[in-house]
Amino acid sequence: MSASYLHIDHVTMNFPTPSGEFCALKNVNFVINKGEYISIIGHSGCGKSTVLNIIAGLLDASQGGIFLENKQISGPGPERAVVFQHHSLMPWLSVYENVAIAVRQVFKRKKTKAEMHEWIIHNLELVHMDHAMDKLPSEISGGMKQRVGIARALAMEPKVLLMDEPFGALDALTRSHMQESLMDIQEKLNNTIVMITHDVDEAVLLSDKIIMMSNGPSANIGEVVEIDLPRPRNRVRLASNPTYNEYRQRVLSFLYERQSNPLSAPEKEESEDLVETVAETIKETPEATNVTELKSISDSGKAA
Amino acid sequence: MALLTLPNIQMLEKIDIQESIKQFMIPFVAIVLFLIFWEVTASQIKTSLGLVPGPIEVSKQFKNLVVEHNEMRAKATAFYERQEKRNAAKLAKDPDAKVKIRSFTGKPTFFDQIFTSLITVFAGFFIATIIAVPIGILSGLSQNFYTAINPLVQIFKPISPLAWLPIVTIIVSAVYVSNDPMFSKSFIISALTVTLCCMWPTLINTAVGVASVDKDLLNVSRVLQLPSLTKIWKIVLPSAIPMIFTGLRLSIGIGWMVLIAAEMLAQNPGLGKFVWDEFQNGSSNSLGRIMVAVLAIGIIGFILDRLMLSMQRLISWDKNAVLR
Repeated sequence: MSASYLHIDHVTMNFPTPSGEFCALKNVNFVINKGEYISIIGHSGCGKSTVLNIIAGLLDASQGGIFLENKQISGPGPERAVVFQHHSLMPWLSVYENVAIAVRQVFKRKKTKAEMHEWIIHNLELVHMDHAMDKLPSEISGGMKQRVGIARALAMEPKVLLMDEPFGALDALTRSHMQESLMDIQEKLNNTIVMITHDVDEAVLLSDKIIMMSNGPSANIGEVVEIDLPRPRNRVRLASNPTYNEYRQRVLSFLYERQSNPLSAPEKEESEDLVETVAETIKETPEATNVTELKSISDSGKAA
Repeated sequence: MALLTLPNIQMLEKIDIQESIKQFMIPFVAIVLFLIFWEVTASQIKTSLGLVPGPIEVSKQFKNLVVEHNEMRAKATAFYERQEKRNAAKLAKDPDAKVKIRSFTGKPTFFDQIFTSLITVFAGFFIATIIAVPIGILSGLSQNFYTAINPLVQIFKPISPLAWLPIVTIIVSAVYVSNDPMFSKSFIISALTVTLCCMWPTLINTAVGVASVDKDLLNVSRVLQLPSLTKIWKIVLPSAIPMIFTGLRLSIGIGWMVLIAAEMLAQNPGLGKFVWDEFQNGSSNSLGRIMVAVLAIGIIGFILDRLMLSMQRLISWDKNAVLR
């Protein structure tokens, strides 16, 4: 029995495109321990979200698999709750009902009505949204919506909490409030969390481990940094902490020196842009392992 | 501070009042101008039935129609009273006597025709809704189903009510045979013609609404492992509600337009028949009475649309949508 809690086991992901298979991820392999807070960071289009969707079960890996407590997962499930980038609350349900829809489904026949009600309130209190229970999503701010999204995910009592750029759509000030809240909650619950982000400060501040991804196509794990900073962490005090700055430096240099920023990187794969990106990757990333394969993709793109 | 804010509030109220006067005055002036234009041009045109009636003549005809309606009602009441008396007298003489109760057979008045038309359009619209919404949901959920019915929808959608009418008439006459029919044949023919013409906007809008449910919301339901029926009931349908209502509003508008045409051609009772009868009648009052009917058709259509709109406001969650 291995010690790993969540194992992303040599996952490869190919997407079919008109110009042949597009290899988004190649042999991504890492383990996460129970109670660990992991951030996955990388440039946009590098396949971070694909990794998260595969763990969530929303996408099926072409090769490899996901093991949670040594059992292979298939399909999505509430034990791997997801916080989406755009809150994804039902606009016609109140804050309370949005959490309730999850609680009623997950704890069907396991909790009484009163227990469910208490559990919904408890989770809303955890994210400080109990005051706005009866409001509709359209009546609360973006940050508040995301809080409710987090409450809904936490209310599923997940084994792993997956967050896809949870604060990406928020303004800087709200974002830092949300990060504080999340650290408070994590202190209480000690969840296992996988978070996608492209914010270096956020990653260093929140995580125990940062997984840095190389640019796609055929993205892989470039480097893993263990963040060994004492908790509770305080962003103001950390700012003058040399270890913190060293970690920050490492992530930054990985992202901006070793992995050049593909400015023309397409969000959605289009064959022409793809060829450009691929060509760029070949030129500017000597570390790229599978140069031949990259070339073959670019050729097939040109042929089409 | 209070002193400072007070004048501001008064000013705001003033602006508010000005704004609402404006909102009322602009359409009012437009209507008055239109009536003047109508009166002036109408008096220039001579027809076989005399001068084209202006708004003054039309309002006279409207009063006449009200008077006729009241007279007819009075006649009906008198008829039933007489009948009751007669029957009571018969029963007093001989308790075993067979009593016949006849219904009044006076000519339906303008307002009776409006009532008939409204019942018919609601019946047709109701049938259209209970057919179109489920089919729309199915074709929104399943790409295959959509591909299957799409050509049929596209072909049937542009067909004029006048083209449907003969087919519907003949089929209903053949199929709906009963000695004691619950509904009259003409009612069923009109209602079905309305159904055939007005179900398409609801069907298409429902399909689009269901197909364009937010991907994230569907992912939420996948993570929660909601059963398919719960997913449709709790996520897909509420998402599609604003679009469904847009379709329903279009449908009832089309239904009302179609009904008038169907009634005219098929001689089914209703406003359309009223117009046709007046046209055939050709008295000096006819043109004015037709114009009363035309205005009534327009106003009722407008009210039906507002009715759907307020229902949409009441039921739909999307309160921010601009509703016009």
